[in-house]
Amino acid sequence: MKDKKTINIAVTGLNAIDSPGPGIAVSRGLREAEAFDVRIIGLSYESLEPGLYMHDIIDKSYQIPYPSSGTGTLFERIKYIHGIEQLDMIIPNFDSELIPFMKLSPELEKLGIKTFLPTHKQYEEREKFNLPEFGEKYDLKVPDSEAIHDISGLQKLVSEYGFPLVVKGKFYDAGIAYNLEQATSHFNRISAKWGLPIIVQQFIHGTEFNITGLGDGKGNTISIVPMRKQYITDKGKAWGGISISDKNMIDLTNKFISSTKWRGGFELELMKDKDGEFYILEINPRMPAWIYLSVGVGQNIPEALVKLALGMEINAFTDYSVGKMFIRYSWDMIVDLEEFQQISTFGEL
Amino acid sequence: MNLKKNIAVSDSGFIFNPDTGESFTANPIGLEILGLLKEGLDFEAVRKKILEKYKTDKDTVEKDYHDFINMLNQFSLIEHEG
Repeated sequence: MKDKKTINIAVTGLNAIDSPGPGIAVSRGLREAEAFDVRIIGLSYESLEPGLYMHDIIDKSYQIPYPSSGTGTLFERIKYIHGIEQLDMIIPNFDSELIPFMKLSPELEKLGIKTFLPTHKQYEEREKFNLPEFGEKYDLKVPDSEAIHDISGLQKLVSEYGFPLVVKGKFYDAGIAYNLEQATSHFNRISAKWGLPIIVQQFIHGTEFNITGLGDGKGNTISIVPMRKQYITDKGKAWGGISISDKNMIDLTNKFISSTKWRGGFELELMKDKDGEFYILEINPRMPAWIYLSVGVGQNIPEALVKLALGMEINAFTDYSVGKMFIRYSWDMIVDLEEFQQISTFGEL
Repeated sequence: MNLKKNIAVSDSGFIFNPDTGESFTANPIGLEILGLLKEGLDFEAVRKKILEKYKTDKDTVEKDYHDFINMLNQFSLIEHEG
């Protein structure tokens, strides 16, 4: 049997916490790749990201500077890591680090490090505050929404949308408000944490669904896996879910990929109203934390993403198991102080 | 009006709708009715079969059967032709 090639892949999002980053799920998918072997290099921001200590999933870890410290600092750190690890690819898994990595991708390419990210245009068009224009341009149903920069804008939108309405942060966090006091409280809390603008969105009554998938950047679908959340945490994150087979959801996702020529992994958050109409609530420009379900149902999206990035032969997935569930759990690892000291002091583990 | 073709019903009465991911549990009589509907019998024929098979009065069957079908409808397990 021919030995499989080992690919060195750096992955962020090792915060496998109650509102988890996708890094560990992505890495599990990569470890199960059929076309290649992997050495996983974890990139972390904090010393207590659980993935740092999961040595059966992450081979070696390095701390990297926060995106806010600028792309120059980040690039220097990546160059240092590349000097040791000979990276073939980087998979950034946080929304907030996609722009820095998009900016750096030509420089990374020169070093021989591949990425497979959406384009700047794709990233910006689907931003929460651009969603109404996005819906109109691509003929996709989205709820009415508006970005506001100060609290005085709330009153106008309250009279337009009525209650309940949804108050959302630019990157993360959201709250449902049933009166003006709650809306004001969400505005203050989210803007203090994540900055401005705040997006105020019409509330669509219905059932929430999520879809993950992968587009090749030329308008072709490589993968689509729809899921219904079965167990939701108080932060609105899926703690359990099940793969489903709604044809309308698949058609909608194909339309999204072909019309935007989406490049890379993504997650669509959908609401199905009482008339059976689907609204796109959010488009996340990266693989979701539940991406391992795609591996479980027979569509290894992390592996396919690497194949696209490295120009390997790839066929679009055509089938997946319906009725397959994921159930998340928490697990206490026992860690020696030396490990914590090592990552805290030297930024490597 | 028919039971949706892709609805999965197990021997234990567990019902799974692959379109929505929802699941339900039916009691033995509910399971029997679903089995008959899956065989292709229409709602009227199923009602008659249940009346013939069980020693019960027509009114009770009418009411319970109507409630059960309403519930299937409410849970989007039935497709309406045309």
